[in-house]
Amino acid sequence: MPLRLLKYAWKKSEDEPRFFPDETPLKKAYDVVIIGGGGHGMACAYYLAKEHGITNVAVLEQGYIGGGNTGRNTTIVRSNYLTSEGVKFYDESLKLFEDLSDDFDLNIFYSTRGHFTLAHTDSAMRTMRWRAEVNKHHGIDSEVVDVETIQKEVPYMDMSCNGQHPVMGALYHAPGSVARHDAVAWGYARGAQQRGVEIHQKTRVTDIKTKGGKVVGVETDRGFVEAKKVISMVAGSTPRITEMLEIETPIEIFPLQACVTEPVKPFMDTIVVSGSLHVYVSQSSRGELVMGASVDPAELHSTRSTLDFVEGLTDQMMDLFPFTSRLKIMRQWAGMSDITPDFAPIMGKTDVEGFYLDAGWGTWGFKATPVSGKTMAYTVANDTPHELIKPFSLSRYADFKLVGEKGAASVGH
Amino acid sequence: MKFVTCPSLGRRALSEFTYGGRLEKEPDQESVSEKAWTDYVFYRNGAPQTLKEWWYHRPTGIWFLFERNTLTDRITQVEFANRGIENEA
Repeated sequence: MPLRLLKYAWKKSEDEPRFFPDETPLKKAYDVVIIGGGGHGMACAYYLAKEHGITNVAVLEQGYIGGGNTGRNTTIVRSNYLTSEGVKFYDESLKLFEDLSDDFDLNIFYSTRGHFTLAHTDSAMRTMRWRAEVNKHHGIDSEVVDVETIQKEVPYMDMSCNGQHPVMGALYHAPGSVARHDAVAWGYARGAQQRGVEIHQKTRVTDIKTKGGKVVGVETDRGFVEAKKVISMVAGSTPRITEMLEIETPIEIFPLQACVTEPVKPFMDTIVVSGSLHVYVSQSSRGELVMGASVDPAELHSTRSTLDFVEGLTDQMMDLFPFTSRLKIMRQWAGMSDITPDFAPIMGKTDVEGFYLDAGWGTWGFKATPVSGKTMAYTVANDTPHELIKPFSLSRYADFKLVGEKGAASVGH
Repeated sequence: MKFVTCPSLGRRALSEFTYGGRLEKEPDQESVSEKAWTDYVFYRNGAPQTLKEWWYHRPTGIWFLFERNTLTDRITQVEFANRGIENEA
């Protein structure tokens, strides 16, 4: 980054080159077609080109780059999960995140904040100790801290929660971070494109064609495209894609809402999560409080916002931070989360030859962007699942080998 | 706020209800194969569609069946899950 800045400073002209080149017509055939131009799709394209030398790749996106759940999450990155499978996977992601700004020569505003998961009950404390031990076993910086430590780090928080649900302790995860989510998608997209990958925005896949149980191409609203391999990386639209191939999955779509307040002076540099109150909050570099809660109560394929959500969230938030009653909510929005029964993703091969699935990202997709791209690229290039994603296969439910990831954000457990 | 008109109860706020998942026919537990059982428990078509769903009205403790579209969120039919008073007679 500094080198680029210096070069820019010495240049006579001020025009920056276009970040993405102009649109090209679709080619007749590709080796790999990636459906979905969000963080995961772009990351997969990037690692396919960079690490496996596969560059005859098209990323087809029905909207615009990073316009789906990549741009709708609350940007938290952490690895203090509960299961061994989850911890190993997300820790690899966190390590990749730390180097992304340098890899891309683009500032992704990666900011290590420290992450408190509050416990208000004995059973929550027990889960925190359990998570801390699993984390430590895998060499992850994670510990249970007492009320005094939390109060010192987050002085504006009411530790009694208005006398309703006093904080008893917390799981503290020092590497917990936030990053600019759009920049992650843009960085991967530019890196992929520079290596020969084509990105086609406003191109909707309407059908996937097979011949003898093998993928032969995709039908789009811009015509048919031949493809040897097709990867679905579409988060909340997964069931619409799998329906094209009559693949059944345990995924159900629930809207996940979030909101931000007006900007205020920096007062909180940590990320605070309360599983019992179903809220999480961090302060963005612009000073806004970015807040989220649990998913909506019923299955729905929509990104509409509701007043019920803001009412419920702010009610809990005012218990934690009483002064927020004076703040105004500036924006609210929703994304479609593809929730699985065990709160872990579904990744890897399917029964249809040449069709790969990266789905079930529910409320935990952004933090997995780099590792999911990397492991899916490996899986597609070698036609065999990467070691880290073996536990996340679609067939695990039929084998009764569920992952049971209870460390996921904003899910009731 | 969303409202729904129910038999006996009239117009009620949807926030009074708890979602109970989609209505699916449970296979016979004695004769079911393992595959059919996992298909019933886990695997489904999650694409947008009109579904029959369980909804529980908390204040009265009554289970209803709603016919609802998961794309438009429109509830087109509401009935008692146990057919109410007719069944109890």
